[in-house]
Amino acid sequence: MGLRSIVSLVVVLGVGGSLTAMIGHRPGTEVSAGQKPVSAVTRAKPAMAKRQLNPNYYEARRAAQVVFIYLNTRYGSPYKLFGLQTVYSATVEEVGDSGRKYQLKLSVQEIPTDATEKCSAEVFFQRGGKQSPPQVQVLGLKELLKIKTKAKEEALYQKYKAKDPLLSVQYLPDSQGNMDPDMEPFWYLCIAASSFIMLSESTENTLYNMAQVASLTQLPTENNQLKFDSLILLHDIVSQEIPRWKLLFTWSPAEGVKVLQMEQQPRRNG
Amino acid sequence: MSTILKGGTDSGSERLSDQVIRIDVRSERQIQLLQALETEEEFELDFWLQPVSTELPVDIRVPRSSLSSVKEYLHVHDIPFTVMIDNLQELLNQEKAEMEMNQMSEHSTRSFNFGAYHNLETIYSWMDTLVAQHPNVVTKLEIGRSYENRPMYVLKFSTGGSKRPAIWIDLGIHSREWVSQATGVWTANKIANDYGHDASLTSLLNTMDIYMLILANPDGYVYTHTNDRMWRKTRSQNPGSVCRGVDPNRNWDAGFGGPGASSFPCSDSYHGPFAHSEIEVKNVVDLVKGHGNFKAFISVHSYSQLLMYPYGYSCSSIPHQSELDSIGKAAVEKLTSLYGTQYKVGSICNIIYQASGGSIDWSYDMGIKYSFAFELRDTGRYGFILPAAQIIPTASETWLALKHIMEYVRDHLY
Repeated sequence: MGLRSIVSLVVVLGVGGSLTAMIGHRPGTEVSAGQKPVSAVTRAKPAMAKRQLNPNYYEARRAAQVVFIYLNTRYGSPYKLFGLQTVYSATVEEVGDSGRKYQLKLSVQEIPTDATEKCSAEVFFQRGGKQSPPQVQVLGLKELLKIKTKAKEEALYQKYKAKDPLLSVQYLPDSQGNMDPDMEPFWYLCIAASSFIMLSESTENTLYNMAQVASLTQLPTENNQLKFDSLILLHDIVSQEIPRWKLLFTWSPAEGVKVLQMEQQPRRNG
Repeated sequence: MSTILKGGTDSGSERLSDQVIRIDVRSERQIQLLQALETEEEFELDFWLQPVSTELPVDIRVPRSSLSSVKEYLHVHDIPFTVMIDNLQELLNQEKAEMEMNQMSEHSTRSFNFGAYHNLETIYSWMDTLVAQHPNVVTKLEIGRSYENRPMYVLKFSTGGSKRPAIWIDLGIHSREWVSQATGVWTANKIANDYGHDASLTSLLNTMDIYMLILANPDGYVYTHTNDRMWRKTRSQNPGSVCRGVDPNRNWDAGFGGPGASSFPCSDSYHGPFAHSEIEVKNVVDLVKGHGNFKAFISVHSYSQLLMYPYGYSCSSIPHQSELDSIGKAAVEKLTSLYGTQYKVGSICNIIYQASGGSIDWSYDMGIKYSFAFELRDTGRYGFILPAAQIIPTASETWLALKHIMEYVRDHLY
């Protein structure tokens, strides 16, 4: 068997611990906390020839963006976020009729510490665009995952678990790019939570970042999870649109970020 | 010396201005003669130093209408005198101007914060300060009005000549990209202050002009302050739609209406009903075409940290691809040298996306060879809402790249 087939088999069997591929959720659907997404089965059809991509051009860039968006859904927290550093090389190939697979060598940056690490990743965009979100696998990321944030997360969690009054904040950051230092962990948390939206919305024709948290409202703690309702502004560089999303999510150091509900809001008319 | 003088402010021959004359008194007799002169009311003499003793000189401000009579009187009575100030009005004018400049310079150096985002009114009034501080090198031109009738101002940096080869820089065409306008303000101040001090910039301005449009989309900019921080487009009304505005960087006559632009008025990349439909774009087009001697055209946006050249409307290479690419790479090297900020260089179509109707595609197709577009900091963490603390670092590093491009143009005029 070729290496690619082994990798596909790994995906199907769910082997590999923390490297499961992730499927996002359609807008307006509910996902209850604790439900694990199911990995897709890639069809075993012969692949077309691989095409080398210029790592500086947009095809590689868009695929790389999906990689760290995925990492933020997996590992993002009030004290941990990933960003893209550099794409070193990239290839793309058609996978039968089912979609396109990108293979990337890149370096990822852990945002709070600025530490970087090289790794490789595969991003599979299924044909049908937004109907099925991309599937991502990341290989070789070790050091950045070892960076300890549990103590800080626990302290934040304890502080807000029985918070009175509950946290309510608008515009993170403000128009000038500033925010209260005490709010920065919540800005990170929102980037992590909105990464679930961004992952599910990503295609080969999008390049998402979170533009701003319009509002974040803490709800009473439920099942030992901090719970938040938020209005998130995303920015897609390709269309230049600012999609607005209502996002209901929970977080705890133990469970990480879990999205309960996400719903796109109508465009702001002006 | 704050006497109000009669008449005009003409600096010229002595007969056109009041003078101050000094008499070194030698005798009591001279004192008496001068005291007699003082009583001659029709001369309206103003004694700055009274005739009191032979130890002290006598200074008299003589109105210009009395000059010949007074000098005649002194001559006849053998009283030697010297003209201390032969053009008092000119001296007073100079002093007033200096005082004003000092006040404004205090104003601008102490109270204008280049490390903060300012609203339109503040930026417009700062422009006037800059011009007042550096009248020998900066002027402000109104190139037309916006859709909502706001003036559009270009700062012209010039040391003279007539339609010298010129460099065009526009900023803030997409209003939410605040670090672009803020970079423009800092850069304009930098250019004005460096003239006469930096050898390279001085030589550049001795042969070329720089035209800088800091707020290319004034209506949009105001809207980002009053209503919606994320507003990108102009504020024109679209007939039959509740949605306003056209993407001004899809509205230029370069592959207009092609891929990468939307025909939907509510879209943030709506190209508009026809090329140059937006008055903000038309004003620039008219100026550049009317001038006819621009050699470089640079549009500054944010974010993504990119330095790009044409085309956006097509992914095929321009004839000058390798030259523009190497200029871009050298410029970015200089930029990176300051703080390590990484930029990518390439054509718009390859680096970000195919996008028709863009400004630098238009300028390139008009024959302005050195056409570039910047996307400033950052790469998405803060995006449009770049912290104000990053304005000056962004502007400073960008300046190194801009300067490199401008110097290259200066040395490769065509």
